[in-house]
Amino acid sequence: MNDKLYRGFLFIAALVVPVVCGGVVYALVTDAYEAFEYFGFFRFLTSSEWSYTDGAEQYGALPFITGTLMTTLLALVFCIPFSLPVALFVGEYFRDTQVAAVLGTVTDLLAGIPSIIYGLWGFYTLRPVIMALDISEQGSGILTASLVLAIMITPYASSLSAEFIKMVPNDLKEGAYSLGATHAEVVRKVVFPVAGSGIFSSYVLAIGRALGETMTVTMLIGNTNNIPESITSTGNSMASVIANQFGEASDLRLSSLIAIGLVLFLITALINMVGKIMIKRARIS
Amino acid sequence: MEPVKPILEFKKTCVSYTRQTMAVKYVSAAIERNTITAIMGPSGCGKSTLLRAANLMHNLYPNIRVDGEILLNGENILAMQPIDVRRKVGMVFQRPAPFPTMSIYDNVLSGFTLNGISLSKSERDATVERCLRSVALWDEVKDVLNKKGTFLSGGQQQRLCIARALAMKPDVLLMDEPTSALDPIATAHIEELMQELQKEVTILIVTHNMGQAMRISSKSMFMYLGELVEYGDTATMFSNPSDERTKAYLTGKMG
Ligand SMILES: Nc1ncnc2c1ncn2[C@@H]1O[C@H](COP(=O)(O)OP(=O)(O)OP(=O)(O)O)[C@@H](O)[C@H]1O
Ligand SMILES: [Mg+2]
Repeated sequence: MNDKLYRGFLFIAALVVPVVCGGVVYALVTDAYEAFEYFGFFRFLTSSEWSYTDGAEQYGALPFITGTLMTTLLALVFCIPFSLPVALFVGEYFRDTQVAAVLGTVTDLLAGIPSIIYGLWGFYTLRPVIMALDISEQGSGILTASLVLAIMITPYASSLSAEFIKMVPNDLKEGAYSLGATHAEVVRKVVFPVAGSGIFSSYVLAIGRALGETMTVTMLIGNTNNIPESITSTGNSMASVIANQFGEASDLRLSSLIAIGLVLFLITALINMVGKIMIKRARIS
Repeated sequence: MEPVKPILEFKKTCVSYTRQTMAVKYVSAAIERNTITAIMGPSGCGKSTLLRAANLMHNLYPNIRVDGEILLNGENILAMQPIDVRRKVGMVFQRPAPFPTMSIYDNVLSGFTLNGISLSKSERDATVERCLRSVALWDEVKDVLNKKGTFLSGGQQQRLCIARALAMKPDVLLMDEPTSALDPIATAHIEELMQELQKEVTILIVTHNMGQAMRISSKSMFMYLGELVEYGDTATMFSNPSDERTKAYLTGKMG
């Protein structure tokens, strides 16, 4: 009897998760429906107009899709030259040493900092530097947001890649050394190729994080509604435009914001799924 | 008659993993060119440790100390660059481990690629064929050279690893229980192969299989607790061991 009750409880608890997920999707779809119906699904995604003048309302997601892609890819570009050496440091060169342990702890610490703190740091420390260097007038923009995003995803990407670098069998490395290879050659020609798919999937998951990061980007991207002309321009990402405007929006504009949210949700879910599947495969082989 | 100059000579070689203990203690032995020497002894007696000293594998781990001298063609390898030593002294490990990201073809050539040595297409083809033939793998794989080395059976993988080592034309080939992960047929294959290879290269092989030692080696070492207890002709050692410990081991009363 007791056992039955217990199982029943577990069953209900387990049921809550898919129900909530389904509920979120349902709400997103129904609320986004108005915008998709009004503008057309495809036109909504490809239109770059975002104006809320009464009577001539026009909403298109392209500037924010572009903003998201630009910040994410740029963050990745900035992240790789740091996270890869850190991963090599922790996973290969200084593996199992005190230094690597300390570095690992610091990395974990960085990963645990709330994004608002990164946002503040970016706003009050990095932005003035960007202005002082005359890179952009206002200091905020795609570049500033990407730099801070890069710092935010570096711990994640590097600790995950380090795990795959550590997993390269010692047999293989010793085999390569026994043929007269140097450490650098072993890293380049054995460790990287063997850990490659795992490292790649680490970056896919890192992209998944960057895509949806809201607070930091909202604070740093400049919040303008046109397609950014260059990396120093201001813009908005899909997440930041929602965060910025949902409070004052209603009706069609609100529906359009939610439609952007739905698209973001789908992209992020897809990227995360692909990343997870790849990680699993890399772990098995 | 002038004695033959040994190709490899251990002179009071000691190896320690920790400060307190020595895994190999003052081993002295001269290995003649083009022989197969079997290294035997109970588990943990230091066979692998001694073998790995001969191609400076221990240099990869900063805590391991190697003392004494190890002469290769009269030159002390402990004073040489590990890379130079390892190209002359190849190694085959217990578990076959072809590089999983490389094809069979590229695995054979991996010694060159790893060292940044580029060969012409015809040199590459010739090397691959020569090495795969000398490990009797050519006929089995010549049509699938572009497949990954990891698709092969365990015995084939091990022969591929031997081919990979031979490609560098080493003077000495160190083999640490190369057949212990293989079935009897694959083992027989590799034993046969070693007899052939003996013409080109001097082989040191660690084995737990006394039958194998008897079949293939002309010289044998017996190690116990890090010491080289006995070293001599294999036939003599098996028929008339001079040390009680060797006798006990060979008759199955130890280890
Ligand atoms: N990496 C290591 N760190 C510390 N001690 C080690 C290490 N490798 C081996 N030893 C120790 O050194 C001694 C000799 O080990 P070794 O591997 O050479 O023995 P072996 O004769 O090859 O044994 P087996 O027949 O089991 O392969 C053992 O006591 C072992 O515990
Ligand atoms: Mg051993």
